[in-house]
Amino acid sequence: MKVQTTVTKPHVPIVLDELDVALIAEIQTGLPLTPNPYAEIGQRIGLSEAAVIERLQRLLQAGAIKRLGVVVRHHEIGYRANAMTVWNIPDEKISELGECMGGFEFVTLCYRRPRRLPDWPYNLFTMVHGRDRDEVLTNISHMAERCGLASIQYEVLFSKRRFKQRGAIYTSSRESKRLSQRS
Amino acid sequence: MDAIDRDIINTLQAGFPISERPYAEVAAGLGIEETELLQRLQVLLDEKKLSRFGPMYHAEKLGGAFSLVAMQVPEEIYEQVAELVNSYAEVAHNYQRDHAFNMWFVLATETPQRVDEVNAEITRRTGLPVFNMPKLKEFYVGLRLDAHR
Repeated sequence: MKVQTTVTKPHVPIVLDELDVALIAEIQTGLPLTPNPYAEIGQRIGLSEAAVIERLQRLLQAGAIKRLGVVVRHHEIGYRANAMTVWNIPDEKISELGECMGGFEFVTLCYRRPRRLPDWPYNLFTMVHGRDRDEVLTNISHMAERCGLASIQYEVLFSKRRFKQRGAIYTSSRESKRLSQRS
Repeated sequence: MDAIDRDIINTLQAGFPISERPYAEVAAGLGIEETELLQRLQVLLDEKKLSRFGPMYHAEKLGGAFSLVAMQVPEEIYEQVAELVNSYAEVAHNYQRDHAFNMWFVLATETPQRVDEVNAEITRRTGLPVFNMPKLKEFYVGLRLDAHR
């Protein structure tokens, strides 16, 4: 349960050269399932294995790649329900409470967003998962108790319908890249 | 999915080595053979337990932008508005939720300015206000679920 706190604005885009762009495009759909995946990627785009490793490490350090790894389909591994749960947190407490809430394993996203007063008073958004709606609500109560949120106004927004879900497509001036990111 | 699959998922949600034999390293940590790890990963992907195995990019650092946008759409025009919103390639996903704010979509755009442009167009074409709620701070982005069920 590691909490990562990142100030996310303003973003300064990092400078990518042609080979970085080629590398990002090449691995966007996944890493090869072979013993030396970086050597194979290098062969496809004309780089040595060492150069691929060096560039990927640099992109990771610069934060252009957040991490390598798997993305689970939570529905397929037993988490069949989720709710966007929104909280009206006093500004001076948001870091403390955001980190507390982000530490639960059933919370997959924990973002501060702007209030849109008077219509929308909520400034912290958490995505809470569970096997079913009851478990989602139990998880929310548990989290509220553990983080001391008893006096905090909140609402639970279950989804009724999903219209569209795709990886985000990011089109650079040079070529199209498909990115995977939740927002 | 057995205990080894769950170990694999939980381990690889945290990260994957950038080295010459990354699968061998991960397998050693899990106490299995490299070939077994490769086979199991292939099965998990084929069975769609995993949606992908690879990099998670930081779109903003690559020059792009994301935002969450909410609307209050009257029920009688909900379908038309949904169709219009979903017609934008920049809309990455769109959910109907039980709330006065009943439409929630994510914009993923090539530039930060494009978020404002799409929002302005949607407002102009629907006559409905949009509430742009970009991420200000991220307390957790793990998307790490324990595969323990």
